[in-house]
Amino acid sequence: MAPSMDLTLQFVPHNEIESLSSLGRIKKLLHLVKEDKIILLEGRLKREEETELIKATMEQIDEEFRGVEIGVFYSDQNYGDILKKIRATFVNMLMGDRIGLTVIGPASIIKEIKRDPSRFQLLAQAPKASKRKAKAKRRR
Amino acid sequence: MLQIIQKFINKVFKDLFKTRKHIKLGLYGPPNGGKTTLANRICVDWLGEEMGSVSHVEHETREVQIKEQINITSGKKALSFNLVDTPGIATKIDYEDFMKKGLSEKESKKRAKEATKGVIDAIKWLDDMDLVIVVLDGTKDPYSQVNITIIGNLAARDIPVLIVANKVDLKKADVKKVEAAFPQYDVVGISAKYGQGIDKFYEALFVMAGK
Repeated sequence: MAPSMDLTLQFVPHNEIESLSSLGRIKKLLHLVKEDKIILLEGRLKREEETELIKATMEQIDEEFRGVEIGVFYSDQNYGDILKKIRATFVNMLMGDRIGLTVIGPASIIKEIKRDPSRFQLLAQAPKASKRKAKAKRRR
Repeated sequence: MLQIIQKFINKVFKDLFKTRKHIKLGLYGPPNGGKTTLANRICVDWLGEEMGSVSHVEHETREVQIKEQINITSGKKALSFNLVDTPGIATKIDYEDFMKKGLSEKESKKRAKEATKGVIDAIKWLDDMDLVIVVLDGTKDPYSQVNITIIGNLAARDIPVLIVANKVDLKKADVKKVEAAFPQYDVVGISAKYGQGIDKFYEALFVMAGK
């Protein structure tokens, strides 16, 4: 039997980040990820925020933190025809960035996010005990 | 509304400026897609010399590299550009992955550190590009978030994009899958290593540049 592992999935509603600045959103999400949590964010970040998240992740990579895996899922990614595009644009105007779901997790836990347009698979692995956590455990 | 006006003004200024300088043509994509192999192919074809080193170990290119004033021609058409080869964009970099490829721990840590800086530089350079070729490994799943993020960001900046599905010399390559993943873009299947499809690529480049 495969060894069991604890995974923490934290749902972050969009209203928890909507009043924050781009930098604030990124800081909050990365802070949660560095606590070995997998975040399920309602909606998605702005396109520029996604690249800023990658930049901020790169700035924080060290021997313990190896980066993140991200998956953004929403229905209007591939516009099939013009009507669908118009409908998606209209829904976007009304809902803003609330549509869809963003999964962000530490690369030490999420090995891969496989996707095709209609479904996604999240391949997770047990996190290695970090030096920081091992130290904390010994102190206890 | 303000955003639309701002975008329009930016585009007009960009177009005006474009006529007075060399176009900056960027090569973007995830690590090991074959950006530098394609850069070398272009440089050898038109300048007679290579641009950078390639390796099977990811993040071989860790600094932005520029080759200036490349002039390509096809019949009466001519295009002049500065080629910008960028480090592969990734969301994770694990030095232990480099150790698995045979590098020492010290080398791996150094490579990882340089690679993270390279990703940051590649993203910073996005704003300076006039045209971008997104180089994807045609044997891999095109629906990765990095690919979607890069292409989405270029679209948000109104930068014309050509997608290259590289490594078509390999059996696993699936150009149709790349086309299905990004139906709004032109996709050209090539083998940058062996030159397969390279003429079609140059033709697509002229079309993208409006020639």
